[in-house]
Amino acid sequence: MPAYILEVCTVILGIVLLMLEAFGPSHSKKAIGLSAAAGLAFILVLLFFVKGPTEESANAPIWENFYAFDNLARFYKGFALVCTALVILMSIDFRSVISRFTDHPESESGTGEFYALPVFACAGMMWMASAKDLAGAFVALELVTISFYILVAYMRRNVGSLEAGVKYLILGALSTGFLVYGIAWIYGATGTMNLAEIAVKVQTIENTTPLLFGIGLILVALGFKIGSVPMQVWIPDVYQGAPTPTTAFLSVGSKAAGFILLIRFLDPLMQPGSPVASAVVVMLLVMAGATVIFGNFAAIAQTNFKRLLAYSSIAHAGFLILALAAWTEGDKEELGSVGAVSFYLATYLLMTLASFFVLAQVRVQNDSDMINAFDGLGKRSPMLAVGMTIIMAALAGIPLTAGFWGKFFVFLLAAKAGLWWGVILAAVGATAGFYYYFKLIRAMWWNEPATDSGPLVLPKISSYCVGILTAAIVVLGVWPQPILWLLGAN
Amino acid sequence: MLLLLILIPIIAACAIFTGSKAKPTAQLAGALNLGLGLAAAFSSTFANIWDFSVPMLERPAINLALSLGTDGMSTIMLLLSVIVTFAALLSGKAPEGKERLYYGSSLLISAGAIGAFISTDLFFFYAFHELALIPTFLMIGMLGRGDRKAAAWKITIYLGFGSLVLLAGLAWLAAATGTLDMTKMSAATIEPEAQKGIAALLIVGFGVLVSLFPFHSWAAPAYASAPAPTTMLHAGVLKKFGLYGLLRLAVPLLPEGMHAWLTPLCVLLLGNVIWVGFITINQKRLDGMLGNSSVMHMGYIFLAIAALVAANGEINELAKPAAVLLMFAHGISIAMLFGLADKIERSTGTLDLHELGGLAKSAPKLAFLFGIVGMASIGLPGLANFAGEVMVFISSFKNYDPVAGLGPVQITCIISIWGVVISAVYMLRAYRNIFQGPAVSTTESAADLTLMDRIPAVLLTVVLLAVGIFPNLLLSLLK
Repeated sequence: MPAYILEVCTVILGIVLLMLEAFGPSHSKKAIGLSAAAGLAFILVLLFFVKGPTEESANAPIWENFYAFDNLARFYKGFALVCTALVILMSIDFRSVISRFTDHPESESGTGEFYALPVFACAGMMWMASAKDLAGAFVALELVTISFYILVAYMRRNVGSLEAGVKYLILGALSTGFLVYGIAWIYGATGTMNLAEIAVKVQTIENTTPLLFGIGLILVALGFKIGSVPMQVWIPDVYQGAPTPTTAFLSVGSKAAGFILLIRFLDPLMQPGSPVASAVVVMLLVMAGATVIFGNFAAIAQTNFKRLLAYSSIAHAGFLILALAAWTEGDKEELGSVGAVSFYLATYLLMTLASFFVLAQVRVQNDSDMINAFDGLGKRSPMLAVGMTIIMAALAGIPLTAGFWGKFFVFLLAAKAGLWWGVILAAVGATAGFYYYFKLIRAMWWNEPATDSGPLVLPKISSYCVGILTAAIVVLGVWPQPILWLLGAN
Repeated sequence: MLLLLILIPIIAACAIFTGSKAKPTAQLAGALNLGLGLAAAFSSTFANIWDFSVPMLERPAINLALSLGTDGMSTIMLLLSVIVTFAALLSGKAPEGKERLYYGSSLLISAGAIGAFISTDLFFFYAFHELALIPTFLMIGMLGRGDRKAAAWKITIYLGFGSLVLLAGLAWLAAATGTLDMTKMSAATIEPEAQKGIAALLIVGFGVLVSLFPFHSWAAPAYASAPAPTTMLHAGVLKKFGLYGLLRLAVPLLPEGMHAWLTPLCVLLLGNVIWVGFITINQKRLDGMLGNSSVMHMGYIFLAIAALVAANGEINELAKPAAVLLMFAHGISIAMLFGLADKIERSTGTLDLHELGGLAKSAPKLAFLFGIVGMASIGLPGLANFAGEVMVFISSFKNYDPVAGLGPVQITCIISIWGVVISAVYMLRAYRNIFQGPAVSTTESAADLTLMDRIPAVLLTVVLLAVGIFPNLLLSLLK
């Protein structure tokens, strides 16, 4: 079974869901969400049985020019599926807020598409993981971005959501412009858009300036997706305004998709002998340093937890780019940059989605995104507070949690590559991270609960998801090997 | 089997959090661990039953494995941990309704400390220490006295910073040796330049954790604020992690790097002994005094480390046993002092030295035990601290060459001996203020120690006496 069946299945799933939403009962849309999650889970199972188009052949169908399938693609497709399924589960428990700001506050008739749209975005992310050609990658990226335009502005009776939608649309369009312009320059410099051919052409190129200009433009454009300097300004406002499940999806799914595309794009440029490799490393290093410092330091002053997570997501992007700047091929002994980034993103998924699950419920039950909504959670709901403490510790990178290993691998790579400035800036950033994640722990344990606040009880789906994610954080913190098994040999 | 030492407290803590009775569960776990720890220490012939190793990661090939093993030094630290844990769980009184948090966190701190001392893998060595720190912060922040939030925030920031610097140093060390297996690290040779950098990071990182001057100011407020078992466990056991780390990693693996920093280290440790010593004399409250005195005494152990470093190739077979012995003795005595201080506060309602007086009349047993441990901490012969301190001072003159004149370590040693006088001044003054003279309103009807209160104190006293009279009990483990 060829691998592109997966994307086909995902798109069909999305269309079926839209049909269900149009012709199904209008008072409750929960079933659509559940079937979306179930469908994605089924595709996730399929993922382990497909074989991709491996070898080039003359009579291969034309779409195979746009579609690669290797262990890395498998990993990121799985990543997109898991992330989307979890986001949809989160949306199910969040639907009371969505319906309040859509069609009729009392009915759920406006919430159905909210479960279907992430499925389309997921198809785009899965295709991005298989990018083999810049044109194909561009189409996949737009599929994701356009789905997100709708998802961000979904709560149309909420001013914050609309404002977020406009900001996301304008900067998204700008970055698309950068991307197309960059692709054009690269095509002009190398004469091809196929990444494998670019790798060959780059080796013999004489004047590297046009190529570097194109690379710079594409890095800026992808910086929008992954949330790094210089395209990071949209993140806090959009994250704050968008419906919480969308924010979670943006910060995990969209970011990971951006990173796999960045990896695919950098791979041909970083091959040994490439004349642009050293210049690209400098660009990445500047991006990484600025992103780490900006994200971590801007997060310190935040009082809104959603904005804090937004800045934290910028900060994490900085660490990830640092790993790419220290470009190393993986082998039997070494994880390599790609492995380290993938590992980091996998742990990032666990930590970030878990915290958004909790945050979504804080929004539903206390109508607040502020850090002080967590005041005294240790007294109100002790088990949940213990879980949140573990999640925050993981985000800060405390050992014995999965978050530590992600950061550790990045530091190890950067140190081995001799990127000392990157290491120092990242260390300063990580220290700041320690401070602001502990702000939440402090609020939960040291502050007294507000007088009118009751316990925070997670609904069934959310509590199972948070429990499983937290357990995974701890287990992987002691025993990180399973993620490497999922990554496979590369 | 060593894994059990870590698992018992963790499982007990989980049981407490999920509903089992806090106090008996915790004390049972403490007793089990004490027995197991003693067995581990004195049945070393069965090393193959005790050691434990499971690989955890294939790539990158850094030999990450959950491996536990002991040698002489870690056995002594293990003994210290289990003894102090047991005593800490027996003393102190949980505030109403907070028993779970109180005993659960104490067990987690203990599990982390034990794990750190018996891990032979660099990652778990570090990680278990962090595991112990988090409940420490939470305990101070939630159950502390006085300005608990400020104290908790201060210790969190200080130790967080120290841990990060330490992590950088350890990561560099792992990269330089290419392995996380601490037993295999000595096989690698490290460039002198790298040694110097790693040594600086380790001195600062471990130094913050041990409250090396000038990174010491977190200690006194935190100890004054923390509930009794937390203080006993942190001041007595967990703080020794930094010294243990220096002795285990920095001294043997980075001889040249450490030697380069010898003079700064000597200056800083004098800051501990003399500067903090004067601060201690000036304290108005018993908890502040004890907190500062524990910072001050760290200086002596650093002196032993400096002597070991100064040997630089020559053998100083006295310095390491001296350091380990003093760590053990100090851990036992400071834990007991804090435990008794907590009793004083509970029976009189204050720790302000000027509001106390004549307590010996109403609480003679308390006065007797406090007297013994107070004498121990100023280094009275016959008690464990004396053996340690004397060995430290002698060891710093071990390789003394009269022709070459006094080296930095010898000069430091001569100045530090004045620290003994300083300790005598503050400890005796405190004893006089609290226990002697006419009874005042706070102490007239103060309750003496009950039998249950006496058990942990007597246990610790017996250990102090046994090791003081016969130090070889411990030192033979080092051979």
